[in-house]
Amino acid sequence: MADRAEFAAEAMQYAGQLYSAALRMTRNRADAEDLVQETYLRAYRSFNTFDEGTNLRAWLFRILTNTFINSYRAKQRRPVEDELGDIEDLYMYKRIGNLDASRSAEDTLFEMFTDDEVKQALEELPENFRLPVLLADVEDFSYKEIAEMMDIPIGTVMSRLHRGRKAMQKKLTDFATERGLISRSADAEEQHIHG
Amino acid sequence: MRKNSTFMGDCNETLRELEQFLDHELSDDAREVIHAHLGGCDDCLEAFDFHAELKMVIAAKCRNDAVPPELLARIRQCFGDDAAGS
Repeated sequence: MADRAEFAAEAMQYAGQLYSAALRMTRNRADAEDLVQETYLRAYRSFNTFDEGTNLRAWLFRILTNTFINSYRAKQRRPVEDELGDIEDLYMYKRIGNLDASRSAEDTLFEMFTDDEVKQALEELPENFRLPVLLADVEDFSYKEIAEMMDIPIGTVMSRLHRGRKAMQKKLTDFATERGLISRSADAEEQHIHG
Repeated sequence: MRKNSTFMGDCNETLRELEQFLDHELSDDAREVIHAHLGGCDDCLEAFDFHAELKMVIAAKCRNDAVPPELLARIRQCFGDDAAGS
């Protein structure tokens, strides 16, 4: 039992990451809390199957993702959307990339969007695309790890990541456009010069 | 000001690998080819920098939610007394 207590203590350090990810998955606080609690409960119960020396964080995220896909997706009764609009490659970069050459890209991008806008852009993605983008861009898991977590082929992970990222970047570009930030760029396509 | 339409030839091949490069999913050899191209192509380097930065911004802004203290208490409860530190 001492090992199990040690495991519990180790696992607790990931509560913040798991909760943030759960919020992006379920898109509401009550379900996110339930999802994280369920994840820890399952992890605690199947502690014996955890292979010492493998990645505890990846194991917990795998349980989180599985639990979400199997329980909460059904509960939310959200249709599994497979379609995203066709968006050209480098859509955002072509409009925002050279928005203001005098400032560094860091300043521009980090300050251009609020936390809520970035979260919204991610959360609005259909689930099939949201999970790979969340697991890759926010949680930094490899294609192989994501494929295992979602039980889909690596090629599917890559194509959904590509299309999901483009859709998310389109949304972020829309936010910037709404604020009039893009009109300052001289050579972006489809832009209007304000006087 | 730079036009994006100046991307061509090797650039298109390089840009096709942008995501796998930034995701650290390329072989060492493939990474080296990209590095070599980026060393001599400011247009591609700028595009890669932009997306690398975007990835960091997305990560930073999407993983900062404060965990409700009640949730931590609920988790400890389901761990039982062993994990509660008794």
